Amino acid sequence: MERTFKIVFTAAAALAIAAVGTICLFLIVEGTPAFGKIGLWRFLAGCSWRPGEGSFGILPMLAGSAAVTAGAVVLGVPVGILTAVFLAAFSPRNIERAVRPAVTLMAGIPSVVYGFFGMMTIVPIVRSLFGGRGMCTLSASVLLAMMILPTIIVVAESALRAVPRPIYEGALALGATHERCVFAAVLPAAKSGVWAAVVLGIGRAIGETMAVIMVAGNQPLLPKSLLDGVRTLTTNVVLEMGYATDLHREALIATALVLFIITLLINGGFSLVKRK
Amino acid sequence: MKNDSRYIGSKALRALVWGAAALTVAMLLAMIANLLVKGLPNLKPSLFAWTYTSANASLLPAAVNTLTMTVIALAVALPAGVGAAVYLVEYAQRGNRFVGLVRIAAETLAGIPSIVYGLFGAIFFVRRLGCGKSILAGALTLAVMILPLVLRTAEEALKAVPDLYREGSFGLGAGRVRTVFAVILPAAAPGLFAGVLLSIGRIIGESAALVFTSGTVAQVAQSLFDSGRTLSVHLYAISGEGLYVGETYATSVVLLVFVIALNAFAHLVERKFLRRSAN
Repeated sequence: MERTFKIVFTAAAALAIAAVGTICLFLIVEGTPAFGKIGLWRFLAGCSWRPGEGSFGILPMLAGSAAVTAGAVVLGVPVGILTAVFLAAFSPRNIERAVRPAVTLMAGIPSVVYGFFGMMTIVPIVRSLFGGRGMCTLSASVLLAMMILPTIIVVAESALRAVPRPIYEGALALGATHERCVFAAVLPAAKSGVWAAVVLGIGRAIGETMAVIMVAGNQPLLPKSLLDGVRTLTTNVVLEMGYATDLHREALIATALVLFIITLLINGGFSLVKRK
Repeated sequence: MKNDSRYIGSKALRALVWGAAALTVAMLLAMIANLLVKGLPNLKPSLFAWTYTSANASLLPAAVNTLTMTVIALAVALPAGVGAAVYLVEYAQRGNRFVGLVRIAAETLAGIPSIVYGLFGAIFFVRRLGCGKSILAGALTLAVMILPLVLRTAEEALKAVPDLYREGSFGLGAGRVRTVFAVILPAAAPGLFAGVLLSIGRIIGESAALVFTSGTVAQVAQSLFDSGRTLSVHLYAISGEGLYVGETYATSVVLLVFVIALNAFAHLVERKFLRRSAN
């Protein structure tokens, strides 16, 4: 009895390892042939993605993912960190009680709902303000900024709360105002945790699929301006996987493999920053 | 306060912080209000017809599929995740290499984007294991996806059980297995339940991992080997066609209500749990 259950529990724990192993294995087995057939360099640095003509270059999608993610970070990180500061150091109790559930709720809303909201609200606003079709890098960035807010707020706030009280009190004793104590003493002390929040937000943004597909326009072209339509690594897979065969299918799996490797690197960065 | 510029700086910082928090809440409220205003008037009885037709765009079949999907995914992920957590908290020795590996694996799983899960599911469950595009393949994919969430929440719940419980149980002569099942798991139940609620939220909201695993058939799946779309996939599918704007708003409202209810419930459980452990 004791032995059996020890084995059962150990096996359950081993399942997580097995899952990672299986995912890696199948993505590599089914994705790497494309690297060989297309050529790694032509795949990663090729500017044209025309499956019908046999050209599979994912540079536009790499650029697209980078562009929407950078936009989301530029817009979302300041708001997220400042909101975290608000919750950790400024909020009166009763307001905190209203803001906190709002943040949790934001984290729980499905990405298709965000996507639909973006499609019906953000896209028309961008269209009327800046012209063009409205389905573009800018719309995707605004939407992603909203979506990564809760992640950034939660992680950054817990980092801020973990800062020892004497750091704040020391600054206060030197005659600084509450605001300066928080921004000049507490925030720098929480630096690594706040960076971890940013990295996690980046991971969220780069992996988001369904919301982006509904607002980004999805043209597989290198974006020249914020108002051009873009396609990301994630959306490339969803858009074409349904009907792809042979090399096209392998190229899509290879796209996912590239995305997988990028997220592994980001996660590695996250645990590195967090450990500090 | 003597230094005026510094005082103004402080005021500006305070304004900035309040402004950011207000913006966050305002965006959420704007979104919810927008969806409610445009969605509620479109909540017609025909949306809840048992069979989907291109005329009614009924969401009921998708809702039923979501329920099936949730039950199966949890049936797989819950024992695995809780079992793993029991191993980590109750069995593993400190500094064990295997434990480190399990933690890294769980962290890795948590960071994988859902579309990668979807593709993996399409390769592994749909093709290699021969499930076909089906509720089963979708649920198994989701089970792998929520495994790290279940594991992490279960681990926290088990860690929150005071050591006194363990010592008391051992002192009465119970073995480790008995202690786990009769003492620790019941004591951790509210925490485990909160994890389950979070997992349900993830399952209901997921779409990218399901498009190529459980497919997009808009009817109630008659068996586990049938394809069927969940509510989120349904929303995505009808939003793209441009013919069902009103129906899509209404479906968004239904999804939103589900998510808000789950959140409120989780909050309630958490508070009850906190009060109990305070006594």
